[in-house]
Amino acid sequence: MRRTHVKSVLAGAAVLAVLTACSTDDSGGGSDTAGNDTAEQETEGSSDEWFVQADYDEQMEQMSATFSGPEDQPWLQYIEGPTTDTSQWATQESQKVCFANASISNPWRQTGWITMNQQLEVLQESKVISEMETRDAGDDDNQQIADIDYFISEGNCDVFIISPNSTAALTPAVERACETGKPVIVFDRGVETDCAATFIHPIGGYAWGIATAEFLVDNLEEGDKVVALRILPGVDVLETRWAAAEKIFEENGIEAVDYFTEANPETIKSIITDEITKGDVAGVWMDAGDGAVAAIEAFEDQGVDYPVMTGEDEMSFLRKWEETGLNGLAPVYSNFQWRTPLLAVEMIAKGEPVPTEWVLPQVPITEEERAAFLEANDGMPDGHYAKFGGEDLPGYPEVWQERQIP
Amino acid sequence: MSTPTVPYRSTTVPQHQHGLAGRVAASVSTPGGAVFVLAFALLVATIFANSNFGDPGYLIRFLGRTAPIAIAAIGQYYVIVSGEFDLSMGAVIAAQVVIAGDYIGDDQSRIVPGLVLMLALGAFIGLVNGLLTTLLRVPSFIVTLATMLALAGLVRYLSGGAASGYPHDDLRQLGRGVVENVPVVEVLPYPLIILGVLCVAAVWLMRRPFGRTLVAVGDNPDAAHVKGARVWWVKTRAFMISSLAATVAGILLVGSAGVHPSVGQGYEFRAITAVVLGGVVLGGGRGWVLSAVAGAFALEQLFTLLTVLEVDSTWRDSVQGVIIIAAVAVAARAWTVGRRPSPKAPPPEPARPASVTYEPTPGTPPEQPTPGANTGGN
Repeated sequence: MRRTHVKSVLAGAAVLAVLTACSTDDSGGGSDTAGNDTAEQETEGSSDEWFVQADYDEQMEQMSATFSGPEDQPWLQYIEGPTTDTSQWATQESQKVCFANASISNPWRQTGWITMNQQLEVLQESKVISEMETRDAGDDDNQQIADIDYFISEGNCDVFIISPNSTAALTPAVERACETGKPVIVFDRGVETDCAATFIHPIGGYAWGIATAEFLVDNLEEGDKVVALRILPGVDVLETRWAAAEKIFEENGIEAVDYFTEANPETIKSIITDEITKGDVAGVWMDAGDGAVAAIEAFEDQGVDYPVMTGEDEMSFLRKWEETGLNGLAPVYSNFQWRTPLLAVEMIAKGEPVPTEWVLPQVPITEEERAAFLEANDGMPDGHYAKFGGEDLPGYPEVWQERQIP
Repeated sequence: MSTPTVPYRSTTVPQHQHGLAGRVAASVSTPGGAVFVLAFALLVATIFANSNFGDPGYLIRFLGRTAPIAIAAIGQYYVIVSGEFDLSMGAVIAAQVVIAGDYIGDDQSRIVPGLVLMLALGAFIGLVNGLLTTLLRVPSFIVTLATMLALAGLVRYLSGGAASGYPHDDLRQLGRGVVENVPVVEVLPYPLIILGVLCVAAVWLMRRPFGRTLVAVGDNPDAAHVKGARVWWVKTRAFMISSLAATVAGILLVGSAGVHPSVGQGYEFRAITAVVLGGVVLGGGRGWVLSAVAGAFALEQLFTLLTVLEVDSTWRDSVQGVIIIAAVAVAARAWTVGRRPSPKAPPPEPARPASVTYEPTPGTPPEQPTPGANTGGN
């Protein structure tokens, strides 16, 4: 780990800044979720509190686990494990679904949201679901808590679907939803309660970090520098990606410097440009592909060789990756998971057991597979995700091509 | 701050009592001059930390990259020197960037109409800000904050909060292109050329009656009104210049960065900080436009320095905040130091009748400025 702190040049300001830094870390809200029993490392970095060895090991195992379920429908695959008995909720009635969504403020969530709505159409057709009422919290914990409480008291809901904005803050609200006795389906980011009928998510952030960091380690030499571009602090699925990658970089002698960019292409360009000026940048690691093109363009503008790079399965990265011929990997945080909650509603209404923790497959796209994914998603907009998994849904491909956000 | 510019008392202007060296020293001791020293010192510190940052090829690209912020600072300068604020700047940039992505897209034939549309929208937003501030007398702080929210909503509506595709490469050339094969510095980025043109225009405009009236209005709107200035129209034009500057910054950013709703985020803060670092007094009436530009460069140089020193990402913002507070505090103190020569002679105003007869007519020669007034850095 390379965390060179401010040197004597800024000595005066640094004293003050160190003081303020402590408060910054506190506000990260990470202390609640940190299982610090296993991570006994230096305490200076913020990512250490996000690193839980047991979760890391579990996800490492899951990356090579066998998934059950239909071969051609990864959104229904799962790892064998405990299931929830749903016979108490079996019904012939059409269900009213209440969906408390964290936000649709990034292209990944937008793509998933489109897919979810097309899946909804199918299930409304078959009368499993009568309607879905959605409240969008706009990335705001308080708003989402209010949304869930509204659903509980006013929503007349048969099923709750919750995609939590943040882990700790939403836990009590999810528990309140569980107390209504109706089935609760949580997906994407987790909460600290197992009261939900099912918690649906791809393998997770550590798996992302492991796949990407190992790719970079394999393709770089010891001592090479990697610039890590991170969206923002404090979100568990993003923090764990970095926590795993950082550990692997450290173990393999890769020098990694990390920055928060909020996916702002201007920030990304400035960072990369300055890092290139400082010295050779051999690799670029991203915790999400949004902004990958700006990072690559920064290398072009400086007229230096492309780095080894990990982005995401977003079309903009896949296209730029092919165009430039750089050595890269597109990790995937399976976007098709947005279909699964509604399909879980169908299973619950039929009284079929659902996996209590429904772990979906999460497989990166390699250079060999890239062409196939580019072809399959030809005509899709730049913000589209290759593994969106909606090819068999009504409206394909126009709805995704025109990116009509419901 | 409310002291009117009095053209008669030339003997009390310290920087004109000495030769060239004395004048330079006097200029540097005002905040408007000191910012140039600050920018230079930060540059030296950066080069000292890593000599690669002194490479001319890098420096010229750095200047090109900073051009959008400097242009935003120029726009903000006009509003601040007239005694107001423009907080809507970042939102204007974001809106323009998203419009460029959505409307122009990959269609080359839409570039020109798209640019015209964006400039018209920029002027319109400035007009609305200005009229609400001056005619309805709503504080500009609130007006532009509301404009910021309204535009942020528009951006969210247009984009859904996420990036759309990149617009046509010809448009992006404005912000991304360079003149090749320039001696010494290798390349000359287009944004830097545009900034240069705008700087010349800004200095020229501040020497025009409009610029002088603007400073007078910021210094003392009532006095300016008595002297016959149309305060509402002068201030409204300042807001229009600000929004147009934000639009130009947005056009450059579409090229240099790309399309994302987060582009432009924090620009109002960066522009205001740059202006204050440049020694322009909040509340109006004092400051030189090019000092604001230098303030923008100093601010960005500071961010680069933090990158060079590898300040940990989790507390970069804190370090930036602390340093900015320190710099602004020093800039504010420096005004008191800069004004020290005159306290022994108590000023005979404000009842001085001569100030009423002073009119900012076009023929008034730009002589004998007060230290730090809009021509003070010359």
